Amino acid sequence: MLTKRIIPCLDIRNRKVTKGVRFQNNVELGDPVEMAARYCAEGCDELVFYDITASAERRPIDLEMVREVARAIHIPFAVGGGIGSIEDMARVLLAGAEKISVNSLAVARPEIISEGARAFGAQCIVLGMDPVRVANTPRFSSGYEVTTRGFRERTGRDALAWAREAADRGVGEIVVNSVDADGTRAGYDVELTRMIAESVPVPVVASGGAGHPRHLVEVFVRGLADAAIVAGMIHTRAYDIPGIKEYLAAAGVPVRRKW
Amino acid sequence: MVIVDYKAGNLASVRLAFEALGISARITDRPEVVKEAERVVFPGVGAAGAAMRRLRELGLDEALREVAEEGRPFIGICLGTQIIFDRTEEDGGVAGLGLVRGEVRRFRPRDRTEKVPQIGWNQVNVRRAHPVLAGIENGSEFYFVHSYYPCPASEDDVAGTTDYAGATFASVVARRNIVATQFHPEKSGRIGLRLLENFSRWDGAC
Repeated sequence: MLTKRIIPCLDIRNRKVTKGVRFQNNVELGDPVEMAARYCAEGCDELVFYDITASAERRPIDLEMVREVARAIHIPFAVGGGIGSIEDMARVLLAGAEKISVNSLAVARPEIISEGARAFGAQCIVLGMDPVRVANTPRFSSGYEVTTRGFRERTGRDALAWAREAADRGVGEIVVNSVDADGTRAGYDVELTRMIAESVPVPVVASGGAGHPRHLVEVFVRGLADAAIVAGMIHTRAYDIPGIKEYLAAAGVPVRRKW
Repeated sequence: MVIVDYKAGNLASVRLAFEALGISARITDRPEVVKEAERVVFPGVGAAGAAMRRLRELGLDEALREVAEEGRPFIGICLGTQIIFDRTEEDGGVAGLGLVRGEVRRFRPRDRTEKVPQIGWNQVNVRRAHPVLAGIENGSEFYFVHSYYPCPASEDDVAGTTDYAGATFASVVARRNIVATQFHPEKSGRIGLRLLENFSRWDGAC
């Protein structure tokens, strides 16, 4: 049986893993390569790195860090932030990343999804999207609008329509990061995750709001997520990955137990 | 040992996995280098039609047949595994290298929760002992990314199976000196590295 993936998210700022509600009150947590190796040893199924200062500072992604991570761990990892072109994608993949995550770039230039999928294979292209809850209107019939640039910009795009468009354009996976739930540790937005998961043929990764292992159970069972991103709840060591997996297994959720 | 480069995806993680094991592997797209290799790694991701065209253009199809027929250890990974069969449903039907009898079919999901491609860690049920699977526990999980799966014509060529979207498919194919995995051992952590290390020591007999 295909297992549900648990994916720690490492926000990178100046070569350090940071925490905090994104872009604010950042606290340094440690070295990205060391933390990746530790989570890998603890049984995480995949990792995602967001170079959160790269695009703001208009500099390319830290390829040396990507290379070091690729030498240290032998499980898939995705890299996002600071990717502006097909050439940037190629450099990140050649440095050893399995996937590239695009968010603001895809909103600005949706054709980058199809170009990337054609050039490297759909499995390499992950769409990150940050939907915020809005009033149900004909324009936002799903009740969610896509935001970009760390939630600061509204795009005028309906979240569900955008997810479907990205799937039609050949994206390999969609990370649904709820703006409302992000940083709250009060649980994922289960309805949002389920709505997208039921509407696209590609895997959906839930993100934002994980604070307790039961939140993962909810988003896998009721939210139909294929994978879930965790950050604060493990970075603070409130929980660890083996403990989360044990909890999930006890709740009947298939997880990888041997590594 | 050589890793065959036919511009079908990124070889970085395959190279890095062998590097982590202290095994030197040369990446090559030259048929004469493949023909001289002691053992061959045949990876790949992407579309089968384009991949077969490139193999022919580079003259690698003949080189791979030669190596396989001479009994040298050969491992296929993901798209590489699919291409060693007679044919695949992908791209409207594409002829493969025919090193193992059988064909490659597309997953047909039964409902919306069965996503294609299959992406993630799934169990491999060991059907028979094989030197390349030495030390790997039955039911261990490996990392998969694929929309098509191998169907060997002979049960004898199935060394391990995996269940997905209503299909039980051959996730480890083994025939004489050829072993081939639908999953990515190079991205399957410690257990995947064990499989690659086993391959690097295998004499091609089983």
